[in-house]
Amino acid sequence: METKPPLYGLMAEFDNPTDLVEAARQTYDEGYRRINGYSPFPIEELAEAIGFHKTRLPLIVLLGGIFGGLAGYFMMYYMEVIDYPLNVGGRPFHSWPAFMPITFETTVLCAALAAVFGMLALNKLPQPYHPVFNAERFALATRDRFFLVIEARDPKFDHDKTLAFMWSLNPKEVVDVEV
Amino acid sequence: MPESDQPHDEVRVHETTPLIEPGHTFASVTDKISSLVLKRRTPLGWFIGFGISFMLFQLFMLAVTNLVFTGVGIFGTNQPVGWAMPIINFVWWIGIGHAGTLISAILLLLRQEWRTSINRFAEAMTLFAVACAGMYPVFHLGRPWLAYWLFPYPNTMGIWPQFRSPLMWDVFAVSTYATVSALFWFIGLIPDFATLRDRAKSRGWQILYGLLAMGWRGSARHWARYEMAYLLLAGLATPLVLSVHTIVSFDFAVAQLPGWHATIFPPYFVAGAIYAGFAMVLTLTIPLRKFYGLEDFITDRHLRNMAKVMLATGLIVAYGYMMEAFFGWYSANKYERFMIWNRMTGPYWQFYWALILCNIVTPQLLWIRRIRHSTLALFIISLVVGVGMWLERFVIVVTSLHRDFLPSSWGMYWPTVWDWSMFIGTIGLFLTLLFLFIRFLPIISIFEMRTILPQAEVEEEAA
Repeated sequence: METKPPLYGLMAEFDNPTDLVEAARQTYDEGYRRINGYSPFPIEELAEAIGFHKTRLPLIVLLGGIFGGLAGYFMMYYMEVIDYPLNVGGRPFHSWPAFMPITFETTVLCAALAAVFGMLALNKLPQPYHPVFNAERFALATRDRFFLVIEARDPKFDHDKTLAFMWSLNPKEVVDVEV
Repeated sequence: MPESDQPHDEVRVHETTPLIEPGHTFASVTDKISSLVLKRRTPLGWFIGFGISFMLFQLFMLAVTNLVFTGVGIFGTNQPVGWAMPIINFVWWIGIGHAGTLISAILLLLRQEWRTSINRFAEAMTLFAVACAGMYPVFHLGRPWLAYWLFPYPNTMGIWPQFRSPLMWDVFAVSTYATVSALFWFIGLIPDFATLRDRAKSRGWQILYGLLAMGWRGSARHWARYEMAYLLLAGLATPLVLSVHTIVSFDFAVAQLPGWHATIFPPYFVAGAIYAGFAMVLTLTIPLRKFYGLEDFITDRHLRNMAKVMLATGLIVAYGYMMEAFFGWYSANKYERFMIWNRMTGPYWQFYWALILCNIVTPQLLWIRRIRHSTLALFIISLVVGVGMWLERFVIVVTSLHRDFLPSSWGMYWPTVWDWSMFIGTIGLFLTLLFLFIRFLPIISIFEMRTILPQAEVEEEAA
């Protein structure tokens, strides 16, 4: 009976972004798909190298904005036209130009909330525990080191062969990462 | 000698003054900025500065306590000047906040890389300035414990707020602005919280920064979504910041009072806000970079760029004043004409001319290269502009209200000691928050500083 693998994957360490991106490209070309790169700052080329091209975030933000705009407008419509019509200086109950500023503000508010919470949700954050933190030197991923991980769940993963492959990428070090 | 007359090479050298002093690495940038929070012993100067700020903040607490127990009568606000120091200070503070959003959002969209070393600090300034601004409308309500009545919530009285009023728009604009600024700031801090978590030596700080970092680990997928979220937030914050001061100006412009009822108000207020905000950023960064030895990161180029933005927005503001005066005359309306004449020669004439001196005349010195390059001169000019922008709001609010249509209801307004206490008190609140921020959070965005190092470029093989 196959139990959960005790190994999360293999982690290679690099000391500059160029080596990491190059290694990530080669790993992807080699056929590995469950891979990820870790860096102290965003590297556009890295996301492409590991085969991550598109995020749904812009759609979420768009929907958030549309929801916010409609909710703001119809909130005012309901309150000022249906529930409690009030004659203010003879203006029509449905005085839409006066409703625009708040419609705009609620649009921006909901879109911004969607951007922040959408990003956190898609990234599955907050996540207090993750196997990569078990690697001793991984604390440097937030300082000046660059890491590439091939997960053990990858169908092509074979500890010895993958280890040999990763050493061929000119890393500073390759370590096992436990789950 | 004007800049255009100089040899071409010299101009080029001037433009390429580095954003960050050469010789820095990812590690040195990280260690230097995070050590301000983590390793370095708190300097004595910090305690002195914090102590003074905290005392001023106690003045705010005193003023507010008296206000709540006694009532708004302790302010000098009375007919005919029904809006006085509270709204002057509200507009002043919220305007100062706008530079933070401009630096973090608009300059990001315009790909102005020099924003990187000042954006974190400027955003913190925004947040604290908005917090100070928020105090005034709330405490001027008379019954501040009922401030939630401003929001549309289902209530036993069965009534709703009146959404055709700019004052309601203001509630939504300012609360949205505060929320979005806080989100933007926090999102920017997450990767730096992770850096602090991994650098902190004591268990307590590791746990605290770890909680705030929410498990950030610098994954490429996370970074891709993060960058997208950051870009979208910048795109949302840009029209937002313009809308906020536009709506603040509607508080005046929608009224029919001469001196307020002007179509130029929205752009003129937005420019004035950016102007005051950049002045405040300069006022704060010049001593900060000196005391913390951050000249490597906040270079002279940053100061010069900010001075240029100040000069440009100052000219827009000057245009606004000119148009106000021109339309006072050109309108051929006797009330408008009287308003502008009363501003210039009436009982508050000193305020008007001091305003012109502070906001229009003094900043013209920034045309001179030597003055732009003198840190001390920039510091003094930015303080003068800060005062000038306060005077601008005083002139707009008080001189328009104190003599309007009916001479029988003219009057004078002078702030009381409690007006001043609350104003100086909010400066204390602002500085207190700022000192706490400097002590506990990285004042420069560490991860963005890494990206502007030359080593951060991924070199493509020529193949």
